[in-house]
Amino acid sequence: MADKILKKLYIKVWRQKNANTKGKFETYEIENISQGSSFLEMMDIMNESLVAKGIEPVAFDHDCREGICGMCSLYINGRAHGPDTEITTCQLHMRRFEDGETITIEPWRVGAFPVIKDLIVDRRSYDKILHAGGYINVNTLGNLPDANNILIPYEDYEEAMDAAACIGCGACAASCKNSSAMLFVAAKVSHLAKLPQGQVERENRAKAMVAKMDELGFGNCTNTGACEAECPKSISIAHIARLNREFLSAKIKD
Amino acid sequence: MSNFLSSSIGKKLIMSLSGLFLVVFLLVHLSINLLILFDSTGGLYNEAVHFMGTNPLIKVMEPVLAIGFIVHIVYATILTLQNQKATPTKYNVTQKTKTFSWASKNMYILGFAVLAFLVLHIIQFYVKMKITDTAPIVEATGGHDGYKLVTDLFTQHGTLSYVYCAVYVLAGILLGLHIRHGFWSAFQTIGWNNYTWKSRLFTLATIFAWVIAIGYSILPLYMTFFL
Repeated sequence: MADKILKKLYIKVWRQKNANTKGKFETYEIENISQGSSFLEMMDIMNESLVAKGIEPVAFDHDCREGICGMCSLYINGRAHGPDTEITTCQLHMRRFEDGETITIEPWRVGAFPVIKDLIVDRRSYDKILHAGGYINVNTLGNLPDANNILIPYEDYEEAMDAAACIGCGACAASCKNSSAMLFVAAKVSHLAKLPQGQVERENRAKAMVAKMDELGFGNCTNTGACEAECPKSISIAHIARLNREFLSAKIKD
Repeated sequence: MSNFLSSSIGKKLIMSLSGLFLVVFLLVHLSINLLILFDSTGGLYNEAVHFMGTNPLIKVMEPVLAIGFIVHIVYATILTLQNQKATPTKYNVTQKTKTFSWASKNMYILGFAVLAFLVLHIIQFYVKMKITDTAPIVEATGGHDGYKLVTDLFTQHGTLSYVYCAVYVLAGILLGLHIRHGFWSAFQTIGWNNYTWKSRLFTLATIFAWVIAIGYSILPLYMTFFL
């Protein structure tokens, strides 16, 4: 069956020249969008029509377009990654929208993610948090040990994998009324705390990453649960409880 | 422990511990209040009032309780200001994200409403009993007649008594909402939560919030309409 065609859509989108200028909303009309097309394809079609009219295309982040890289962002009609749950924007399809609808697209509104251009925000503060301790140090000289030598209980492995699913897209901080990065930090800390390889730097990791998160100006978590609801990988706030545990026990030992 | 209190989680831990401490106070206060239901002569309640007024342990705990309130309010203010600073630009389209509860997004406002009530409550009881000493006296013992003080408030002021009743019931409900989010949140912040306990803590918090809201509302209603 052929997909329905949305005859007309009004795209209300944030336009901002660069980080130093003030932005504003512009509304563009686009026609004949198939409901089978993805949201980012709709953005591409819109940009082509803008180029044809001599208007600068709307800048937005995207890369793999299969929900794994964490690059696409966009706050669509009041929700991070749009109206569906457990997906990134590139996995969102136009069948979720109606003919004649006005779709409002905003960049992530987080103090620590300044807007660079239009819908693109600078998410390097997440990288900085990772650099502070979201890794393990390994010596790669000599023979690699056999992977099966390190046994990991099934439950631990499952929980670590749930946390490791984080793609660092920033939807957690973007949906949080406090712009808190706790779910991101929790996912990274929890992932390594659950695995034997993460034990050596475990305490330092929690302290360093939380300190960096605070330093970068992310807000304080008030347990509203918005992050969990909007996370494309549905990472649970149970990981935030673990982060709190890791941080407090590391601090008590100081 | 050097920069512990300046860290986000450190400040939240203070919120959760002071909150849990205040919850204990609420339970003690409520259980004494409920004595009114079991003795309509007021003798039982006045005995408890006398005990609370003279027991040395309670006297020591009084300033501790005041500090608990102040710490809870001061840290809530610091955290709220920081959170507002962290989000300089708001979204144009109002957030449609589902959160755990309405209360979870409005804890500061709820807390402020409870604080406003607390001021009224202190003026109506604590000031009269401990500062101006204008509360009625029980002839036999010479102690304060807390029972007369509280029942007068809800029965002897005509229409105003109904207003007081409504204010006290409203405060009970707002306190219940505050606790519905605050109670489980405190455990989450301490780190005592996981996949399994999340729903258990939600249920516990809901039950606890109802106990507080109903417990504190039932007395003004009882006194206004049945005494």
